[in-house]
Amino acid sequence: MPAQKDRWVSSLVFLLSCASSIPQCGSASLQQEQSPQHYFSGLEAGKPSLAFFTPTVSPSAQPFLEHIESSAEALQDYGVSVVKVNCPKEDVSRYCGKENALRKAFLFRGNRLIREFPTDALFDVNSIVANVLFALLFNEVKYVETLADLENIENVLKGKSNMVFAYVPATGTAEHRAVMEAAFVYGTIHQFVLTTEAALLKATSHDDPDVSSAWLLFCHCQQVTEPAQACRRTALAQPLTLLNIHRHLKLMAAPLVTEVAEDPEKISTVHLQLGLPLVFILSQKETYEADRRTAEFVAWQLLGKAGVALLSRDLVELNVLQRSNVALKTPDEGMPIQYLVLEDTDEVITLVEDKNKVKQIQEDEQEEEEDEDEKENNNQDIQDDQVVEAVSRDKKRELPLEQILVLTEENFHSSLSEAARTVVVLFYASWEAVSLAVLRSYSEVAAHLQGTPGVLLSRVNCWDWTGLCSQENVTQFPTIRIYQEGQQSVTYGGMWGTEELSSFILLSQVSCPLKLATMDEAEGYLRGEFPSELSSLHHPSLLGVFSSATSEAREAFEEAGNILSGQVRMGMYFEDDALALSQKYSVSPPALLLARSSGQSVEGIALSEHSVQDMVQMIRYQLLDIFPEITVPNLPQYLQLGKPFLILFSAGDISQVESKEMLKLAKRRPQKTFVVCWLNLKKTPVGYGILRTYFSTIPPLPLLLWVNLHAGGQVFKFPSEQSITEMNILLWLEKLQAGLEIPSSTLSEEDWKPPLPAYDFLQMMEPSVPELSPHPGDTPAQHPPKNPGGDTAGGDSATREEPSQESTAEEGGAPGRGLRGTAPRLAARDKQGKRHSEL
Amino acid sequence: MVPAVCGTLLGLALYASSLCAISGATFLYHDYCVIGAGPAGLQAAYFLQQAGRDYVVFERSHAPGSFFALYPRHRKLISINKQYTGKSNSEFNLRHDWNSLLSHDRRLLFRRYSRDFFPDADTMVRYLEDFASLLKLRVQYNSAIIHVTLEKNEQAWNGHYFLLTDQDRKNYKCSSLLVAAGMWVPNVVNFPGSEYVEGYETVSINPEDFTGQTVLILGRGNSAFETAENILGVTNFIHMVSRSRVRLSWATHYVGDLRAVNNGLLDTYQLKSLDGLLEGDLEDLAIVKDKKGKLHITLRFYLENRNISAGIDSITLPQDELDNFATRAPYDRVIRCLGWKFDFSIYNRSLRMMPGKGNIKKYPQIKPNYESRGTRGLFVLGTASHSVDFRKSAGGFIHGFRYTTRAVHRLLENRHHGVPWPSTVYPITQLTNSIIKRVNEASGLYQMFSVLADIILLRENATAFEYLEEYPIGVLAELEMQTGRKARNGLFVIIMEYGRNFSGADKDVFYYNRAVGEAQHAWQSNFLHPVVYYYKHLPTEREMRLCPPDWPLPRPNAIHHIVEDFLTDWTAPNAHILPLRRFLENCLSTDLRNFFAESCFLFAFTHQKLPPSCQQGYVRMQGLLGSQELRQHAVQAGLLQDYTHTDFLGDRPPDSHHGSQEHLMRDHGIPVRPLQHLVNAKDEL
Repeated sequence: MPAQKDRWVSSLVFLLSCASSIPQCGSASLQQEQSPQHYFSGLEAGKPSLAFFTPTVSPSAQPFLEHIESSAEALQDYGVSVVKVNCPKEDVSRYCGKENALRKAFLFRGNRLIREFPTDALFDVNSIVANVLFALLFNEVKYVETLADLENIENVLKGKSNMVFAYVPATGTAEHRAVMEAAFVYGTIHQFVLTTEAALLKATSHDDPDVSSAWLLFCHCQQVTEPAQACRRTALAQPLTLLNIHRHLKLMAAPLVTEVAEDPEKISTVHLQLGLPLVFILSQKETYEADRRTAEFVAWQLLGKAGVALLSRDLVELNVLQRSNVALKTPDEGMPIQYLVLEDTDEVITLVEDKNKVKQIQEDEQEEEEDEDEKENNNQDIQDDQVVEAVSRDKKRELPLEQILVLTEENFHSSLSEAARTVVVLFYASWEAVSLAVLRSYSEVAAHLQGTPGVLLSRVNCWDWTGLCSQENVTQFPTIRIYQEGQQSVTYGGMWGTEELSSFILLSQVSCPLKLATMDEAEGYLRGEFPSELSSLHHPSLLGVFSSATSEAREAFEEAGNILSGQVRMGMYFEDDALALSQKYSVSPPALLLARSSGQSVEGIALSEHSVQDMVQMIRYQLLDIFPEITVPNLPQYLQLGKPFLILFSAGDISQVESKEMLKLAKRRPQKTFVVCWLNLKKTPVGYGILRTYFSTIPPLPLLLWVNLHAGGQVFKFPSEQSITEMNILLWLEKLQAGLEIPSSTLSEEDWKPPLPAYDFLQMMEPSVPELSPHPGDTPAQHPPKNPGGDTAGGDSATREEPSQESTAEEGGAPGRGLRGTAPRLAARDKQGKRHSEL
Repeated sequence: MVPAVCGTLLGLALYASSLCAISGATFLYHDYCVIGAGPAGLQAAYFLQQAGRDYVVFERSHAPGSFFALYPRHRKLISINKQYTGKSNSEFNLRHDWNSLLSHDRRLLFRRYSRDFFPDADTMVRYLEDFASLLKLRVQYNSAIIHVTLEKNEQAWNGHYFLLTDQDRKNYKCSSLLVAAGMWVPNVVNFPGSEYVEGYETVSINPEDFTGQTVLILGRGNSAFETAENILGVTNFIHMVSRSRVRLSWATHYVGDLRAVNNGLLDTYQLKSLDGLLEGDLEDLAIVKDKKGKLHITLRFYLENRNISAGIDSITLPQDELDNFATRAPYDRVIRCLGWKFDFSIYNRSLRMMPGKGNIKKYPQIKPNYESRGTRGLFVLGTASHSVDFRKSAGGFIHGFRYTTRAVHRLLENRHHGVPWPSTVYPITQLTNSIIKRVNEASGLYQMFSVLADIILLRENATAFEYLEEYPIGVLAELEMQTGRKARNGLFVIIMEYGRNFSGADKDVFYYNRAVGEAQHAWQSNFLHPVVYYYKHLPTEREMRLCPPDWPLPRPNAIHHIVEDFLTDWTAPNAHILPLRRFLENCLSTDLRNFFAESCFLFAFTHQKLPPSCQQGYVRMQGLLGSQELRQHAVQAGLLQDYTHTDFLGDRPPDSHHGSQEHLMRDHGIPVRPLQHLVNAKDEL
């Protein structure tokens, strides 16, 4: 027994030192023996050694020799010496004499031969170590071939000890070696069982296993009391390496649930040391038994992934909510413990699993970011503006612009006053990407509105006609204006989309508000049939009804109509029977009658606002849907309300039941503090992008979310197991507001920084333009004149005034030259001939 | 007492001219007096008239542009009148129209007056007459101002009034004096024998008068070459002498240097056709006339101890000592073409109108805001104001000073009438666009390169900016005071520059690889190209003074060069606009990319903050929905994610869980490598 214990200790030391630095592990090398006699006489009893016999020179075994030599170091750690025995020429003994014995290695314990290995089974270090240990640990590691064998062993072990069952695709592999090395250390504690049978693997793992990769199970047989009971199994999730196996076995050996009676911040368990999180189940005296059971249940689920501790609140002063029941401590230093209120053990498990996942993702991302940093400089000149890039990729396509009149400085004013009643002008710049993108939509509008009487579509390229554009006060590109005779032009302020633009143009054709003359017209208007120009539009109809007395409200309404022209379909009725009309909808004038295109019913709204601004606001607000389907074009209208969104993501149309429940919720007056809406992922597929940002995988649909778009940015997910009913939602919202729910995600708070750096010209210029130093304290005069050989006498003043190239070049002939010097100089220069140009 | 009463009277009778009697003299009062109805005077009058100011222009002649009625003697203007540019952009076309003045009236474009590329000077006179009459400018003809003095008065705008006297002893009084009198006093040199020299002003322009003669021309400017060109065909030979070497404007990029249109003599000189150029100081010369009337060149040095009356024979000629002296042949005529200088004579000493120093001594001393150094309220306009950018930019020529005159007018509007410098406020999303628009079309920036600059003043948090056009950069430090605009949050200065060592009389401007094609080497651009300076704070006066030599502005916090372009068309998305956007983004620390509405939609749901283009566009209902094709292109470029075919149940690998933003954050475009041989094509042409 003491010997065994020694082996234990020494190999643990080996494990720890070798795991980190295998290449450096000892340089103890091959022993050499003069002859077989020498070798056998020196063998110690019980000490294993691996020997091979070789004639003094044997080139054929050369590669094998190299492996043997390098495995000598590894084997030495397991107490196995590797010996090369030279065969003297005349030796014809058992090991040296036979030809085939020279192609083998022999494992001895003491001087007893245990096994002989053909050299082709010892193809590398892994196979040598694995096979040698396998032979030595014959008793500790059971090799099984059938399921029955495995079950027999398991049954025997029940109540006694645990079992480690490993499958390796073949012996002599790195995994085989890892298992054997682990068995060398743990073989006396756990029963090791090894197989290479794929059928056994299939029988022991749940899903379809990959037979080409190794697999290790820890079977908890020690606790099993009843023979009929199966041993629990915990698989090793990581690849089979010595370190991973070691780690796994350590975790399996740790107590399932640790009981804690001190500050959780100070607690450290084997899990935390191994980089795994620790889950605390907060317990009280009253519920101890139940909590203990919960903790054990959770611990089994999390075995190998996280540790579980039972924290007694009675013993530890905790400064956390009374309702918190779970705490999570992560191995990252400095991370505070998270206290949570969870309802279900599954949540604990997802919490831990997601944490691990997130961590992994972050690591992946970090790597990617690093990659990006390296690439950064190359990307600077690559277009990363989606609009610019899309437009330049589309530039070769010829746009169908025949329907659109080109306006110039010459024909602009005459075109505006021509027969067409409504002239739409797109002011754009032909080099500007957004302009060109809008021009594409504009050409679609032209095709769409082709044949509509009274509408002329035209365009002005402000790059060609800059004067015209500044005259028309166009400062931004693109701008769309509608010019109608006798009226002020209206600038388009809506989405740059084909549909939106078309409806704007159509609506602008009709005066806003439209004066209705008869009751029939008014009724037709509410039905969307009058005027006929607008019958193709599905816009809500808004009718202001005024008794002639209420002119103040009417004026405000008309003003509001001017502002909302093109955006809203507005009518106005103030004939004698206005009272009768409004009373039909149980309001009295001044009032608004609103017919939404969707429903047939007409709402009556009493008008109390008389200021134009309030009226405009009120009309805009009234036009918003109660339970809208959020789309890309309409989101801004709802964003402007500045309220949180309760939004239902649906893979298609929402079911009637859900729609009814949501509508009920939306209609509750006090609930107007948030926007109730839904999103059709079929129509707005970018919604998948949103979900993917909130949750790493798309949760089952339909999915109800509370999104705090404006404050805090938290996203809460309505429990999927609950049905979407008004009451459930209200209860959930209450809890949510009380802070009892955990957000599933939080909107990024990141600022929008420059995507890439710019060329640093300042830095590039510095070496070549030394004057550009940060402290240009030295005066220009200190810089030598740039004209070499120039006569600078008397040129100082010029230099100071104008330190430019031109002036220094001129100094060559600067005034102030001594008169006396002139003639000789003239003479000298003239003689040189080359420069006869200089007098 | 009397002046004070006068002041109050002025205060009461503000408009039109008011009479005011002081010490017996009668003064006609105007807020602004302009001396000279040449191009600059009329240009100033136009802006004063547009602003509704009280002004008068004094013109000594009976019609505007009296200088052009006489000069150039050979009647060919050397300012180009380009009829066609292939563009209809009126601002851009002004870059190639060097004769028109600025006005709102499209009839007053010079190309409607002449079809000649180098028009006749008579056309200019006719144009100026039309300019004055069509715009109904208030010009008082036949009024030569012969004296200007100051009258101290604390209530006056500048602490004094300007008192002007004309040739009829009529007196005028003004609060502000704009001197646009031009440069018309001929430069003369005095040396022994200079009485034999004929002046450019009066020399015959009939070539027949020079038949078979040998001519020496003093001077090396355009007037000298123009004179030579005229008689080149009939003379024996022509020699030209001047102090400095000839400067060719295509080498110096200065329009005042010798223009190719006049340089026929260079051709014959270099081809050894008897004509020649010589350098020497005119002050050292002497001319001696022999009995046959021939003129001999000698040196003042030889004459010093001689009695001139002793006759030609006793005077030493250089060839006596040096028998191959270059100008040993006698001349029939010597013509002086030495240019003009400012008329300093009419200004009272109290105005301290001082000539400049060195090579700008022909000009009055003025500050970079064109105000006289000696007298507040006196501004020099037009060609006389060229000292600010002499031999650099175009401030001495119509196509340059039409813009500096406008700048002076804007400074005055702010100073005296509380009208701040005109500006437009834009949202920050328009930053790149507004710069690209201006550098591509602005004429003032282009002509007055390195002198006038567009200024972008950032608003707080860089959500908006204010755009000021064509401000004189010499007074950048005083921007807030001079424009009435605030520059608290940093500014961009946009100017045009030539490469620093590219221009010069002795430079080879045709060397191989002279043009830069790649955006990352834009700072080495040689041809005129836009440069953007970024300052976190307005430079101080001291920083302006300590400006590195050859630099128009002090060291900025960051600088960007837009790479020179063969077509001067800086609208290429990848070579011009992208690097500019990156520069602006990094100065402002924000993301200035455009986004389709779909991306903004995603950001609105996944980010608490939005990029400016979404914030100022999409959220305000001006989102760019984009056509199907465009979005498809964006998807192909990897800049937009297509979710249409998303299998929402399928587990995606974790790295794609951020979906489209990841893609948007990264740069996945297909690298577009510049076509090397085309980029550098400029060299080959």
